[in-house]
Amino acid sequence: MSSTTTAAAHDHHHHGPEKGLLRWVKTTNHKDIGTLYLWFSFVMFLIGGAFAMGIRSELLQPGLQLFEPQMYNQLTTMHGLIMVFGAIMPAFVGLANWLIPMMVGAPDMALPRMNNWSFWILPFAGTILLSTFFMEGGAPAFGWTFYAPLSTAFAPDSTDFFIFAIHLLGFSSIMGAINIIATVLNMKAPEMRLMDMPLFVWTWLITSFLLIGAMPVLAGAVTMMLTDRNFGTAFFDATGGGDPVMFQHIFWFFGHPEVYIMILPAFGIVSHIIPTFARKPLFGYSSMVYATASIAFLSYIVWAHHMFLTGMPVAGELYFMYATMLIAVPTGVKVFNWVATMWRGSMTFETPMLWALSFVILFTIGGFSGLMLGIVPADIQYHDTYFVVAHFHYVLVTGALWGIIAAVFYWLPKWTGKMYNETLGKVHFWWALVSVNVTFFPQHFLGLAGMPRRIPDYALQFADFNYISSIGSFSFALSFLLFTYIVVDCIRNGKPADARPWESAKGLEWTLPVPVAYHSFEEPPTRAEILAESQHS
Amino acid sequence: MKLLLTLTSAITALLSSKSVLAEYGLNMTQGITDISKDIYGLHMMVFWVCVAIGVVVFGAMFYSIIAHRKSKGAKAAHFHESTTVEFLWTGIPIIILIAMAIPASKTLIDIEVLDKADMTVKVTGIQWKWQYDYPEEGISFVSNLAQSSRDVVNGTPEEREAVNNDDTYLLSVDKHLVLPVDTTIRFLITSSDVIHSWWVPEFAVKQDANPGFINDAWAKPTEIGTYRGQCAELCGKDHGFMPIVVDVVSQADYAVWVETMQAEKVAELASATQVWTEADLVAKGETVYNANCSGCHQKNGAGIPGVFPAMIGSEVANGPAAYQLNLVINGMGGMPAFKMLSDSDIAAVITYERRSFGNNGSVVQPSDVTSAR
Repeated sequence: MSSTTTAAAHDHHHHGPEKGLLRWVKTTNHKDIGTLYLWFSFVMFLIGGAFAMGIRSELLQPGLQLFEPQMYNQLTTMHGLIMVFGAIMPAFVGLANWLIPMMVGAPDMALPRMNNWSFWILPFAGTILLSTFFMEGGAPAFGWTFYAPLSTAFAPDSTDFFIFAIHLLGFSSIMGAINIIATVLNMKAPEMRLMDMPLFVWTWLITSFLLIGAMPVLAGAVTMMLTDRNFGTAFFDATGGGDPVMFQHIFWFFGHPEVYIMILPAFGIVSHIIPTFARKPLFGYSSMVYATASIAFLSYIVWAHHMFLTGMPVAGELYFMYATMLIAVPTGVKVFNWVATMWRGSMTFETPMLWALSFVILFTIGGFSGLMLGIVPADIQYHDTYFVVAHFHYVLVTGALWGIIAAVFYWLPKWTGKMYNETLGKVHFWWALVSVNVTFFPQHFLGLAGMPRRIPDYALQFADFNYISSIGSFSFALSFLLFTYIVVDCIRNGKPADARPWESAKGLEWTLPVPVAYHSFEEPPTRAEILAESQHS
Repeated sequence: MKLLLTLTSAITALLSSKSVLAEYGLNMTQGITDISKDIYGLHMMVFWVCVAIGVVVFGAMFYSIIAHRKSKGAKAAHFHESTTVEFLWTGIPIIILIAMAIPASKTLIDIEVLDKADMTVKVTGIQWKWQYDYPEEGISFVSNLAQSSRDVVNGTPEEREAVNNDDTYLLSVDKHLVLPVDTTIRFLITSSDVIHSWWVPEFAVKQDANPGFINDAWAKPTEIGTYRGQCAELCGKDHGFMPIVVDVVSQADYAVWVETMQAEKVAELASATQVWTEADLVAKGETVYNANCSGCHQKNGAGIPGVFPAMIGSEVANGPAAYQLNLVINGMGGMPAFKMLSDSDIAAVITYERRSFGNNGSVVQPSDVTSAR
């Protein structure tokens, strides 16, 4: 089937990668840039993971062994910032770069030069952010949520570098989002209608609108911090007529859409993988699209559920509680759809499917604790404890990260033209699955028993669960050495893969021959081809 | 299935350690107020609803994984899209959510609506301690992490066990908040620097302390005892080291405590009018310094370069006393104001700073503080 494509490699034009290092600096090619994004995010993931290992090593036992409290706060802050802005978000943009043009029948992204720029901002922003560790006074130590006034009047000088880095990361994200919207809406094959688009494309299109709406708000927040710190304004200072709680409103107006920015593309990925390995069409294609759009809309009107204890009036608490609980409905629709897709399928359990199935379960567990956190009276006891830490690691690690890893195994044969080692892939999966639960499940108990988050030392009754959690985290970290080996081994020594390595995978990307040509579709696919590969038939 | 195994192994590891069972919480405390018990009930209700949904959804999923696998010869069906099914799995969750929202709203309104309090305590978060004021009784004091915990933070595990065999490591303070039982207490919560959050799990009271604003919360403790909590909002370096200890006592014991505190205050005021010897000032000052200043300027006076100035060789401590008095009483920049300390405490700590760490500043008397205020 792979040889019957319309986009047979008409490679005899002048198009092709430049040689040497400059290829990567000057590239405007969506596959090269996708690769850059993915490797960059992987490096950042390892750095952020190293910080997490520092945190868990300190928490292995009560007492202060490795880090002074100030240094510990720097580690938690930078772990959060690097993982959110350096690892998860760029990884999804990398996947979008690689996949969206191939999925919509386009030759490349709509705005290739901007694409180059939006990637190349990232290493500089990341370097600026990490360089704060070496500055006098140390790196930012006020948590990734950088609440004022701890991040303004009481913060180290390096905070101004942090603000600049956040601005740069924001530029990069906004440009990436504009590029994706332009590509999806302008570059998709003329015969492809919106409701023919694969779900990964749909979820990323919606995510792009979240990015464009949310990132400028974050830029506003850090700009106000900058002027409060250096130019005598008092946005967040009560003595000057400002309000520190206003910072939280602005931050979470960005922050809540942000968490959906990190999960919606993963929903899309799972919606590709489950139908493939269940050998059955996605149960409700259009309801999946509408559910995604509903979640995106709701994400803009629930921000203050992060702030139930700031002294909100009861009417505000009731509204934000109801709106938050409502998110469970479209999210439930998605989970039920995935289960209905599996129902009476003909399932096999290759590595991408294992990641996708465990995503459904573990993300749902994170969703349950999210629902619990949304109940305001109960949130009084959960708020700012390890219960919250457990919750957001279930949705971000076993949600967002799981989706990324599933995508890597699912599309790696397409990207490289080679097959990874299936046995090692499964070993890595089970290893990571057990470790991640040993790491994060006990944190629910810690939080309920009363351990606050962001503390470098704890009372002795929290010792056992912290010990278990730390051991799990070390094992989880080690499993990524195997992951690195599997990916590198696939690129170097993998056996040649078929153009469509999964027998019932659907999508235009599988019609392209492997190894994929430098430009994806030089001629748009026909209506018949689009329908044959669509997810709703 | 692996998940279950993981869970079981975690729980087994927990149960195998005997000492753990006694004091370990796996679950939220029920607390000692009507509200805290309502919250516990709500928490368990939502938890069991989630478990039930989980059993149904994951049950269907695992049944499918076991029964509908290709290796068992399962042939894929081709059904998809069903408006009826979509309608059901949108509608049923909405009904479940409404059923949860009703008791949640009721409890929330109970928490937020307070007609009349019997007494008021003002709680002020300060990096990294709590100040408690009883405006009607004229009592005011600062509560710091107990020295016993401070001493073993960097120590060996054995030292921590030895000093804290009552399991109050990091959960004990020098001065407890004392409250009468069966009394409705209103807490007015604020901060003098960054945002803190005052949390006593057994009261189900957790409320952010925002600088420049006053939040309120209330509790009516129904059982006598000692209850421990911690600051819940990241507030800088020693966020993990500003616990809360509340003694709920009988109303008679509370009356005695109030009288003692008021008598102490009179004695304190009297001592401030006397002239102290340098040795007395330095001795008292060391205690005050370790409780209030060592968090930033360090116990050995070395500070943290670039963040917290050193005491050793400090221009302030070796310069004119008037400047240092103003700095300590009113604060400046990142340095908080310490006007809540008594005149003799401030005189003692300034003298300690000026006469120790190799410094050679002048001695400061309580009367100097009185006139500097």
